[in-house]
Amino acid sequence: MSTQQSGSTEAPVSIDQAGPTPRSRRGLDVGRWFVPVIGGLAFLYLLVPIAYIFVFSFNDAGRTNLTWRGFTLANWQDPCRPSQLCEAFVNSLNVAVIATVVATVLGTMIAFGLERYRFRFAGSANLLIFLPLATPEVVLGASLLSQFLNLGVQLGMGTTVLSHIMFCISFVVVAIRARIATLDPALEEAAADLYASGRTAFWRVTFPLLIPGIAAAALLSFAISFDDFIVANFNSGAFTTFPQYAYVAARRGIPAEVNVLGSAMFFGAIALVLGVQLWRYWRNRRWATL
Amino acid sequence: MSLKAAEELTTPQEHVDPASIPERSAEEQRTWRTRGRLGMLLVIPGFAFIAIFFVVPVFSMLAMSLYTQPEGAVAGEFVPGFNVATYAQVMSTYGDTFVRSFAFALIATVAALCIGYPMAYLVAVRLRGRPLLQGLLLVVIIAPFFSSFILRVQSWRFILSDESWVVGFLKAISVLPEDGRLTATALAVVAGMTYLYLPLMTLPIYANLERLDTRLIEAGGDLYAGGFQTFLRVTLPLSMPGVMAGTILTFIPASGDYVNAVMLGNNVDTTTVGQIVDSRFFHAADYPSAAALSAVLMGIILILVTLYVRRFGTKEIV
Repeated sequence: MSTQQSGSTEAPVSIDQAGPTPRSRRGLDVGRWFVPVIGGLAFLYLLVPIAYIFVFSFNDAGRTNLTWRGFTLANWQDPCRPSQLCEAFVNSLNVAVIATVVATVLGTMIAFGLERYRFRFAGSANLLIFLPLATPEVVLGASLLSQFLNLGVQLGMGTTVLSHIMFCISFVVVAIRARIATLDPALEEAAADLYASGRTAFWRVTFPLLIPGIAAAALLSFAISFDDFIVANFNSGAFTTFPQYAYVAARRGIPAEVNVLGSAMFFGAIALVLGVQLWRYWRNRRWATL
Repeated sequence: MSLKAAEELTTPQEHVDPASIPERSAEEQRTWRTRGRLGMLLVIPGFAFIAIFFVVPVFSMLAMSLYTQPEGAVAGEFVPGFNVATYAQVMSTYGDTFVRSFAFALIATVAALCIGYPMAYLVAVRLRGRPLLQGLLLVVIIAPFFSSFILRVQSWRFILSDESWVVGFLKAISVLPEDGRLTATALAVVAGMTYLYLPLMTLPIYANLERLDTRLIEAGGDLYAGGFQTFLRVTLPLSMPGVMAGTILTFIPASGDYVNAVMLGNNVDTTTVGQIVDSRFFHAADYPSAAALSAVLMGIILILVTLYVRRFGTKEIV
């Protein structure tokens, strides 16, 4: 994802950065206007509904947020006004945090195991990671619910967390394996040349280089878990998550306070990601000028 | 899906070829073996989790699809059995729903490809050497992941509702008839799906195009290929792994989608398989039918994805 450039402190060996290259007029012509116009429209298309969420969080809506009735700050001042809304929000945060921690630990271990050791059943192992990704959420949810019903397990927060860990692990493994595969083996060899034991080389060289990748995988898994509706809908029983609250409320019009919490979450996450991006950009420039 | 294909989809292209690892001395091989045992310890907890909460449930679901309802049982009460008739029954009742679901998913995937590819190309190739702008647009691509998807679908309901300016505008320019509407139509459902899964299409293509060597495009120009021809014969074939990953990542959730169908369609002409699975489970308490529908859905997707990878996969994917 967005973190691919990080971690490499050496100068990027791209012909573009190496200096101006004579461009072939014809070659790079592919829709000189077509690409920016379609691309620009697509970015607008991505952002408009998100802007709607934000704008309607200021709607003086009363109970149902279906039409624009005027500007107010009241929703932002008391976002917990609709009953159960903040409970659902906190439920989702709890589930996402637990699921992310467990999935990141288990997923990182699998990624390392598969990437650095040889197995007799490596092919089956890869398939086992891939299959949950190739299964639509409705099937993941329905199959797990079949299992819980068969065993007579009480549905609730526990079953929700378990289901979320299950589908987050595969995402974590895929994201972190990609990072491990792009690590320069020379760095570990250098550590070995400097008399570092395997363990020291791992904790002092390999692991620190992977921290950005692990953080990105954890962020991805948090986002997926927090936003999951379908799997939770099957496995949560009476326990209600934030997306479930919004879905049920949508039948009669979602309260504007839901938009407040959604927008706050969105801007928090964007601020975090932008901050990291800017910091990385600034750091790369510093490296470049050193 | 072949194992090799799954492996290629889940591992990046720079994967180290095992054959390139140099021969090891006897002593090194001994350490390699002990390290191998450590490797087992690393993967076992995670795989055990996936086995218990994914593999076993899938079999649980297959078993449940064969359950029978005893005479005089209350709703939701079933006993283990081997009732294959459930499959025949759901396929005859919901066959057209399956066709519709996959048609929606296919159209949404193609639409997302047509929008996502130029987006990825713009950021990855056109804006190369402008990391700040690239980073910002990348944040825009992943921004939807940080906002609730139910709320985004709700936004589309606003945008497409009968009173919205979009509908008013389309009526004004006579694209839409005077009594026409956008909500509760198949178009709205497909548009919602396209929007929802667009980042899943764009990101893999971006990750691929980011590594594209632009000198190859220049070489195409030097060999007197036009811009479009260079794209068709150089850029597109090189980006196929990204396109494959993007289309698969979009198609799978789109074919199981039911939130768009409920919130933007909610109409007998837009019912999807996901919607039926949900209602069989929760409203009809007809667990065998719901399980059979899920099993068929999963089976069809696995077959389609395998065929697709076989047919269009580049040499290293198949």
